[in-house]
Amino acid sequence: MYPAPFRYHRPASLEAAIGLLGKFGDEASIMAGGQSLIPMMKLRMGDACEVIDIGRLPDLSFVEIRDGMLCIGALSTHASIAASEAAARIPLVQEAGGGIADRQIRSMGTIGGGLSVADPSGCWPTSLRTLKTSVQVRGPAGARSIAIADFIQDSYVTTLQPGELVTEIRIPLPAANTGSAYVAFKRTAAAYPTVSCGMELVMDGQTCTSASIVLGAAGPMAVLCAAAEQALVGREVTETSLGEAAELIVAASDPPADARGSAAFKRAMLKTLVLEAGRRSLARSRGEQVKGGHRYA
Amino acid sequence: MRDATSRVVVDVTVNGLSYQREIEPRLLLVEFLREELGLTGTHIGCDTSYCGACTVLLNGKVVKSCTVLAVQADGNRVETVEGLESDGKLHPLQSTFSELHGLQCGYCTPGMLMAAKSLLDGNPSPSEDQIRKGIAGNTCRCTGYVNIVKAIDAAAQQMREE
Ligand SMILES: Cc1cc2nc3c(=O)[nH]c(=O)nc-3n(C[C@H](O)[C@H](O)[C@H](O)COP(=O)(O)OP(=O)(O)OC[C@H]3O[C@@H](n4cnc5c(N)ncnc54)[C@H](O)[C@@H]3O)c2cc1C
Ligand code: FES
Ligand code: FES
Repeated sequence: MYPAPFRYHRPASLEAAIGLLGKFGDEASIMAGGQSLIPMMKLRMGDACEVIDIGRLPDLSFVEIRDGMLCIGALSTHASIAASEAAARIPLVQEAGGGIADRQIRSMGTIGGGLSVADPSGCWPTSLRTLKTSVQVRGPAGARSIAIADFIQDSYVTTLQPGELVTEIRIPLPAANTGSAYVAFKRTAAAYPTVSCGMELVMDGQTCTSASIVLGAAGPMAVLCAAAEQALVGREVTETSLGEAAELIVAASDPPADARGSAAFKRAMLKTLVLEAGRRSLARSRGEQVKGGHRYA
Repeated sequence: MRDATSRVVVDVTVNGLSYQREIEPRLLLVEFLREELGLTGTHIGCDTSYCGACTVLLNGKVVKSCTVLAVQADGNRVETVEGLESDGKLHPLQSTFSELHGLQCGYCTPGMLMAAKSLLDGNPSPSEDQIRKGIAGNTCRCTGYVNIVKAIDAAAQQMREE
């Protein structure tokens, strides 16, 4: 299968890339790793006439700790994030990167791409929404920082303006006694999650002082539920309180019935994932080493 | 506006040899290898990024060549199954796949071998679980994987002893 013909551009700098995006407007398609764009072009979906390959732009591939934040360049591959010691500071991030597709896709696919595609079942949109992530972008009008909650506006829709590119993802390092996890249920490696759950718990002794729970592939956008988080805050995190939180957030979800499963199946699976993410987060908040990884059919 | 005549010149080093070709930018790396260079060892299975039959190494990183444009390999290094043997001597993976029946029809084998090579390049002593995860992007419709896993494990052992 061949994509339809297109013209190829490989700008040497971020400024040149932004210039080309401005020049070609609607006809421009950004290519980072190509792991979403190329399959779509092969299916002749979308209309990529002018492909702007940003994959080799300098200085956008890094995973480092800076100013109390985990900073990840937009062109960092899923594989490089999964292998990074800096990213290991936030287990959820490493788990998300290491669980995307298979080794081949992870070699090429980037965090900037995974986030910008804004697929409701994508691993970065769900996992990064669990944390206080900000998205740094650059465009013709300069640089700006967007809170993750505002960055994704709908399925496959971001707030990126014409000519804007994601350059960096920033996540504040967690306070002491914090644990996080991202768990997905997948039919096979080379497939998007059927459903997924990200969680972060901050503990003070036995008491949970802050909880963040997000469900992925459970509706057109990431699913959050204040009542579910309140079911944990001020309480001990036990199978019972986690179960209550799971009931509440799953009731607020609206997973589509599709080839990956019926809505009832997905709801049942989501409850399991909330419990699993909760157990892992709790153990990690106590400094225990917990093995990551998704559940496969 | 579509301009079907737009072409680009690429320079790709494949198995140590440098090739320059003028191509359409929409040419996939797998087609470049097979059609332009005649290296038909790399197979096209699903052509939809799932099966891994087209797996090659790009600058040492394992990729699905049906999901990479040839222009993305411009100026870069590609390794294919044809590059595994050296001086007429099979790579340990090729020998153990053959000895331990790591293949039946052989369609998935070039991709399996390249995925396994990249796994062992990064981890000379993988556990069975790591081997299975390492080939999770490669589908085999014949073997049930048991002998593939055994062959990779045996090759790893041989390579450690060499
Ligand atoms: C078989 C298969 C299985 C997969 N499984 C999963 C999975 O389990 N979980 C998951 O999360 N993903 C999965 N993916 C998708 C994969 O993670 C992609 O890598 C990712 O969605 C896109 O990243 P990319 O760098 O390849 O983007 P590209 O394909 O290069 O770009 C896609 C689009 O993203 C936008 N974009 C890219 N970079 C930027 C940027 N810096 N700024 C602004 N816009 C940008 C552009 O609009 C571009 O057209 C899978 C893909 C395949 C082929
Ligand atoms: S042919 Fe490339 S993944 Fe199947
Ligand atoms: S040997 Fe036939 S597909 Fe693997």
